[in-house]
Amino acid sequence: MLKFLVRRLATMVLTALCLTLIVFYLTNLPPNLEKLAKSEAGSRISDAEVASWLEKNGHASPLLVRYGEWLGVVPGWTHEDGGVTTGRCIERGQDPATARRYCGVLQGDWGFSSVFKDNVSSIIATRLGLTGLLMFWVMAVMVPVSLLIGVLAGMREGSKLDRSLSTFSIATTATPEYVSGVILIAAFATSMGWKVFKGTATSAMDEITFENFFLPVMTIALYGIGYIARMTRASMTEVMTAQYIRTARLKGVSFRNVVIRHALRNALIAPFTVIMLQFPWLLNGVVITETLFNYKGFGWTLVSAAGNNDIQLLLGCSVVAVFVVLVTQLISDIGYVFLNPRIRIS
Amino acid sequence: MEALTWTGSLSLLNTVVLWLSAAFALVVLAQIVLSFFAPEPTLRANPDGSVAARGGAYGASERATRWLFLALVALALVYLAAGAILPEGSGGIIGAVSRRLLPVWISLVVLFAVSMRFKRRLGLYGKLFDSTIGMIGFAIVMFWVFTAIYADLIVTRDVLTQVSQMKNKLPGTPLPDGSGWYLLGGDHLGRDVFSRMIAGSQIVIIIAPFATVFAFMVGITLGLPAGYYGGKLDTGLSFLANLILAFPVILFFYLLVTPEIVETGMPQYLAVVLFLFPIVFLMVLVNSRFYVTPGLRNQLIAAIAIVGGYFYLSFVGEAGTRVAILPPSLDLIHMPANMLIVFVSVVFVNSPTVFRIVRGIVLDIKTRDYVAAGQTRGERPWYIMIWEILPNARGPLIVDFCLRIGYTTILLGTLGFFGLGLSPESPDWGSTINAGRKLMTVAQHPAIVPAFALMSLVLGLNLLADGLREESLKD
Repeated sequence: MLKFLVRRLATMVLTALCLTLIVFYLTNLPPNLEKLAKSEAGSRISDAEVASWLEKNGHASPLLVRYGEWLGVVPGWTHEDGGVTTGRCIERGQDPATARRYCGVLQGDWGFSSVFKDNVSSIIATRLGLTGLLMFWVMAVMVPVSLLIGVLAGMREGSKLDRSLSTFSIATTATPEYVSGVILIAAFATSMGWKVFKGTATSAMDEITFENFFLPVMTIALYGIGYIARMTRASMTEVMTAQYIRTARLKGVSFRNVVIRHALRNALIAPFTVIMLQFPWLLNGVVITETLFNYKGFGWTLVSAAGNNDIQLLLGCSVVAVFVVLVTQLISDIGYVFLNPRIRIS
Repeated sequence: MEALTWTGSLSLLNTVVLWLSAAFALVVLAQIVLSFFAPEPTLRANPDGSVAARGGAYGASERATRWLFLALVALALVYLAAGAILPEGSGGIIGAVSRRLLPVWISLVVLFAVSMRFKRRLGLYGKLFDSTIGMIGFAIVMFWVFTAIYADLIVTRDVLTQVSQMKNKLPGTPLPDGSGWYLLGGDHLGRDVFSRMIAGSQIVIIIAPFATVFAFMVGITLGLPAGYYGGKLDTGLSFLANLILAFPVILFFYLLVTPEIVETGMPQYLAVVLFLFPIVFLMVLVNSRFYVTPGLRNQLIAAIAIVGGYFYLSFVGEAGTRVAILPPSLDLIHMPANMLIVFVSVVFVNSPTVFRIVRGIVLDIKTRDYVAAGQTRGERPWYIMIWEILPNARGPLIVDFCLRIGYTTILLGTLGFFGLGLSPESPDWGSTINAGRKLMTVAQHPAIVPAFALMSLVLGLNLLADGLREESLKD
């Protein structure tokens, strides 16, 4: 088990390094840097001035060195200009001699957002908090509903209930967030339909109410519900045809008890993995829904960072996104081993 | 000219439809509730020789559901058929839309009639017509395919023409010059929502299946050897696939589909790599089959190299960009840079998943006896992979292909929704939803119409995949 964990963690770290390097490369392409220089130093500067600005701000060194600086394993750049030393780790007004040598993500220094004019780490912390709230409610709606639908549908395969619920699940998986969001807004937040909810969730950032938070939560949850319900149904139908279920039925256990006592526990192992692996998908949904409902959480920050060429913030967001994906993969692997006694890892 | 109502002179039928739908919903609900208490179905032989399947309240609700459903379908057909026959304008909006879609209806009827007639001779495709779900899915998908084919006949207006009086006008509003109606209303710039929706189907129907085919070629070409040989090759390729899969899709799109990246030529380099796979796949396919007859094989390979190579160079290269191989006079296929990048990024996102599926199936199939028999006969690895393993993996792959086209459609919509890649003028569904959602409080139809179009296509593909899965499991 320990060996498995160590190997899994090593792969994870390697994946994270590769992915952040790719993101770093893609966000630090020459055209992006040129745009950054023009937005920081004035849009009418000449090519030579752009080059000198990049040189002065440490963007001219080789890519791997810059990546190392950003990560915190290579000493930060310094630049001397007329007796004034500036550098990656030297804050304005600080004596260069007292500055740290390394300042990167590993040291907790995530950089400075050029658009929001604030530290990336503090921006991401606030935004993640808002998204965390959204995610919590999504999970609270999605998991029970989808498991219930899946179990009810898989209980009696081919019954009318199964058909209706399966059609419902197929329909929700066929409806991406930007479609269901638009339909929900039209139906429940405009004059065209029944105006009970709000079509924007901006006010939910201060105070969450049923009125302003129901639609965004439902928009994200709906897409996941269908998928998890279908997985649960598949696993449930498989369990219901197993030998031990037939034995229990032949023993004279009532149908209700067979489902609750014998089938349910084994049928819920597979959906656990699916639910954990849904997190990366939810990330997608979060970005779309936060943009649609103008809820300024993590997804909204990612979109605005990408749209405004805010390199440091975008890098920070990517690190968080990649981290979320990898950690959920790890948890789902480990959890599966714990839940399923048939799997042994030596 | 007067504004059109939804059903025009057929509005007499509306109350009937309303009552029937209410009754249908009620009966379905009753059937679900009753199914908890219903006795197991028993086949009872009556003394007079007839056989009764299921009686009682449950049986009654079952029959009622069937008949009510058929009645509703018949009424929907009446609306569509009457609209197509009645003179323009008197069938309401539904009638007028149905009239515009006449070529699609005719094609669908012909296709279904022919397929049903010869379904026993058509293999898996024919079996599809045994499953109701599969047929419904197939009908929806073919509806959109035919709509894309006849799009130029169906559209009522030019998709870019703006009529300032028609801004955000409701469905059925007549044009100020009296030349017709905006059947599904006007958008925020006064363009015809109906025509844009129809024209948008063309973009999706062309890009989504092609991108999926390319993703499958890449996934199969890499997944077969990874699963068959295993070892270092498998470890390396699987790591790469997991790397791409761990990348959040939206972030990837935002990083790759930007004007800056197009400037660096990156999408074209990616295209250079990805588009090579279909040619490699075809060559390996031919080579492994005709290895014993070198003459024929060499001719076929040369043909693939010339024809495929031309399309490859013509697709990838574009005069005046970083990758310009063919001279402009020979380069007949012009792929706009932003279209190419959308295509490439969708293929790139999809191929690792296909790779994983193919690899998993190969790992399973290679333990079968017929593979061992092939190895004992001395067949070469690629022959076994392509001609023995791949045909036996077709069931799950075909099902996944349908699902993946739907997923690709969703991805294309996502790109449009974020305004990435395609131009904002473009009538594709994602971009129109994005434009419409900003004015949802003023007018809802500009966003709702493409939203329903996209949903129905993806739903059709999912239903089709479900039907195919059911039928291929019966084999």
